[in-house]
Amino acid sequence: MSEQLLDIAELAKRFVVGGKKTAAEKISGLFKKGPAKPPTLLYAVDDVSFAIGRGETVGLVGESGCGKSTLVRLINRLLDPTSGSIQLAGTELTHFRARAFAGNPNRARIQMVFQDAGDSLNPRFTAAQAIAEPLRRLSKLRRDQIADRVNALADMTGLPRELLTRFPHQLSGGQKARVGIARAIAVEPELLILDEPTAALDVSVQVVILQLLQQLKRELGMSYLFVSHDLNVVRLLCDRVLVMYLGKIVESGPAAEVFADPKHPYTRALISAIPQADPAERVNRLRLSGEPRSPIDPDPRVCRFYGRCPRGEISCAATMPLLRPVGPAREVACHFA
Amino acid sequence: MTAIPALAVENLSVEFRTRSGVVKVLEHVGFSVAKGETVALVGESGSGKSVTAFAVMGILDAAGRVTAGQAMFGGADLLAQSERDLAELRGRELSMIFQNPRTALNPIRRVGQQIADVLTRHGGATRDTAPRLAIEMLKKVRIPDPERRALAYPFELSGGMCQRVMIAIAIACRPALLIADEPTTGLDVTTQAVIMDLIGDLAREAGMATIFITHDLALAAEHCDRIVVMHAGHIVETAPGPELFAHPRHPYSAKLLAATPGETVSLEAMASIPGGLPDLRRADLPPCRYSERCERRLDLCVQPLVSHSVGERHDVACWNPL
Amino acid sequence: MLPLLRHTRYVLSENPVTGLAFGLFALFVLAALLGPVVAPYSPLQTDAASALKPPSAAHWFGTDQLGRDIFSRVLVATRLDLSIAFASVVLAFALGALSGVAAGYFGGWTDRVVGRLADTIMAFPLFVLAMGIVAALGNEVINIVIATGVINFPLYARVARAEANVRRDAGFVEAARLSGNGEARVLLGHVLPNIMPIMMVQMSLTMGYAILNAAGLSFIGLGVRPPAPEWGIMVAEGANFIQSGEWWIALFPGATLMMAVFCFNLLGDGLRDIIDPRQRT
Repeated sequence: MSEQLLDIAELAKRFVVGGKKTAAEKISGLFKKGPAKPPTLLYAVDDVSFAIGRGETVGLVGESGCGKSTLVRLINRLLDPTSGSIQLAGTELTHFRARAFAGNPNRARIQMVFQDAGDSLNPRFTAAQAIAEPLRRLSKLRRDQIADRVNALADMTGLPRELLTRFPHQLSGGQKARVGIARAIAVEPELLILDEPTAALDVSVQVVILQLLQQLKRELGMSYLFVSHDLNVVRLLCDRVLVMYLGKIVESGPAAEVFADPKHPYTRALISAIPQADPAERVNRLRLSGEPRSPIDPDPRVCRFYGRCPRGEISCAATMPLLRPVGPAREVACHFA
Repeated sequence: MTAIPALAVENLSVEFRTRSGVVKVLEHVGFSVAKGETVALVGESGSGKSVTAFAVMGILDAAGRVTAGQAMFGGADLLAQSERDLAELRGRELSMIFQNPRTALNPIRRVGQQIADVLTRHGGATRDTAPRLAIEMLKKVRIPDPERRALAYPFELSGGMCQRVMIAIAIACRPALLIADEPTTGLDVTTQAVIMDLIGDLAREAGMATIFITHDLALAAEHCDRIVVMHAGHIVETAPGPELFAHPRHPYSAKLLAATPGETVSLEAMASIPGGLPDLRRADLPPCRYSERCERRLDLCVQPLVSHSVGERHDVACWNPL
Repeated sequence: MLPLLRHTRYVLSENPVTGLAFGLFALFVLAALLGPVVAPYSPLQTDAASALKPPSAAHWFGTDQLGRDIFSRVLVATRLDLSIAFASVVLAFALGALSGVAAGYFGGWTDRVVGRLADTIMAFPLFVLAMGIVAALGNEVINIVIATGVINFPLYARVARAEANVRRDAGFVEAARLSGNGEARVLLGHVLPNIMPIMMVQMSLTMGYAILNAAGLSFIGLGVRPPAPEWGIMVAEGANFIQSGEWWIALFPGATLMMAVFCFNLLGDGLRDIIDPRQRT
């Protein structure tokens, strides 16, 4: 549908792990008969499909190892998928190789705000140089125009202009976050990916930055993909939320609904884990034990959550549950939702 | 309560000598932890919560100095002990776990050995008995397959497991006091929940006093008996979790709650805290370090602060509390 | 510019030894530039009557076996020695740092090729390799530069590769790609400037070593040929006279050589402090 800004269909990324042959094995393999042993694959992102509409904020939650960082790098085209499609307002982005994407006219349409602002700023560039970088590379502005634009962006993000000549190590956490945001919106992207943008900030600074992000989204008409492990923040900021586990999306729907009534047991566990000051709120809690299953060469018939799920029936190990609708705009991948 | 607290910190003041001046990191910090009680030190970065713990443990940075105060533990003042005596206490009576479990463990030593080290050094175990006891500890912290895991190196374990190992090392000799410095920051939220539950269970079982250092108010409220709120090196309020959330009396605590995402319904309703931390190097710091940012400020607020009770186990240091 | 100068002054005031090194370096540069002009005597002028005279008011460093003023020769030699050292450092940096950074950033075949190349060079005793290169290419000064550059290549490549490897996954590298920088641009414009402080130390240390190398080659007769004044040759010639008591012929060029190497070693640390913005406040 062309009204969707971003359309992801059956996106998959598999990494080869181990299984690489030494020279000796390659040579002796030439003399062996029969089919070669297939390499061992890590299924980082497995058959993911979703869409983001114009002006929408979609949250992506999941814990370490769920594949959200890989998914993010696929969408912002730093990485090529193994298969699947990424459409940005109708343009198929997988037609362009990630390595060459920097020079692609579509580069400016998707930008990102990083989790660790300090790490994402070049220590040898001043704030002004960092913000100007995408403008120098991706826009046709002249030097003086770029300087004006950098000043305008500083104002827009609440960064005092005198800080523009400073280096990252001379800026506070909140100031670095603003520089990162100014840089990301410099070329007026249509889709902005926010990878835990406030994870490293104090609560009081976080509020300001989140309110800033909200305001910028309205002013500049962007869509957001907000990746976070902090479910409280996701609840505040996002229209819809996607829950990811071991490379797959296990639940999706409007944020308020998913939080009020989670249908997938993993979502329930996530929400149960949110600390609650009020004892009355600590109801229906689900604690997960054990470790996640391995994402390496997983059995395609077994649900990825099987083993940690409090409910594990024969059907869970026999057929992989697919994402199916369970209400208007809600989908869950569980046999029992 | 007439019972002697496990730890009683009184009037603790700490300074750091830096190139740009003397930073008065802590001033008049006082709180106590009863036997079996869990107390949270909560504050934003720069509040001094970690420095308090380091001062008590005697592991302050070389540039730091305790300029006043006492930390009474087991009848003696920890701040007055020699390094030799402190080294005896640490690990046996007084223990600490840190953030970033994987980096806090020795990367080139198997985890079972690291637990065994503490047992032989402080726990009276011998080279023969220690390995067995180490595996017992791993069972205690609920690590599955402990015999095999004892042989693993930290990099082979997940963050959550490394934290369990650190907890095992910390409680191996049944200390009277455990200090946990942001033990779950950086861990997944589901792992965090399980680790916090574990620490709570172990503390209750052993009657161990615990100090939790965290920036997460809700986490503190859920797992701790009392919360101590710190701002710019001062303690501003102390109260049990539910009481603090329901009736914050210090303006800073109230603002902190208002800025915490879990407690508000909409982003627009949240407010940040105006102003910023005062520069702790100044010679003219006001007695109330929050006064310059406070909208409830009165002329009275230049008086030196005194903490007074506003309810059961609820103290606040403010001349114009809410 | 102003903050840079202010920071420089701060670094020098914190660390007097660095200040000393800078001072010495300035002296050496002056000597290199102005040597031939201010030298009291022509370095090539022989005067058999004044041969083998010890240091005196007329000849501060004494005279050598051909009556040439040693002070003038040491002074004028500065230009040649410094140029050789500088040129070989630039060459080693160009070859080594660029290939090292590429190897560290791209990995794969680039890494393997550069690695094997470096290994091959390091398999030889380096001075012997330098000798071999000069002998093969001809007894010219330019070949000393090439030889020294080649034997220092592995060191630069290795340091650059390690540093690039660490930075490969840094956030700012990803951010640079998102800003529209192709891989070459990221490498040259973003990664390389970040490893410059460490390369600075490397270059400075190499300068010292390059001077020693050039002197060593000249000492055994390869490279610079007499009567050109060069510290190494002068030490070689002077060595013949030590036993007979004319110690000044070898000592002064030797001491100058030592001071130069010492100076460059200290310079590296000081330069890094100035250039690395993390040290600035």
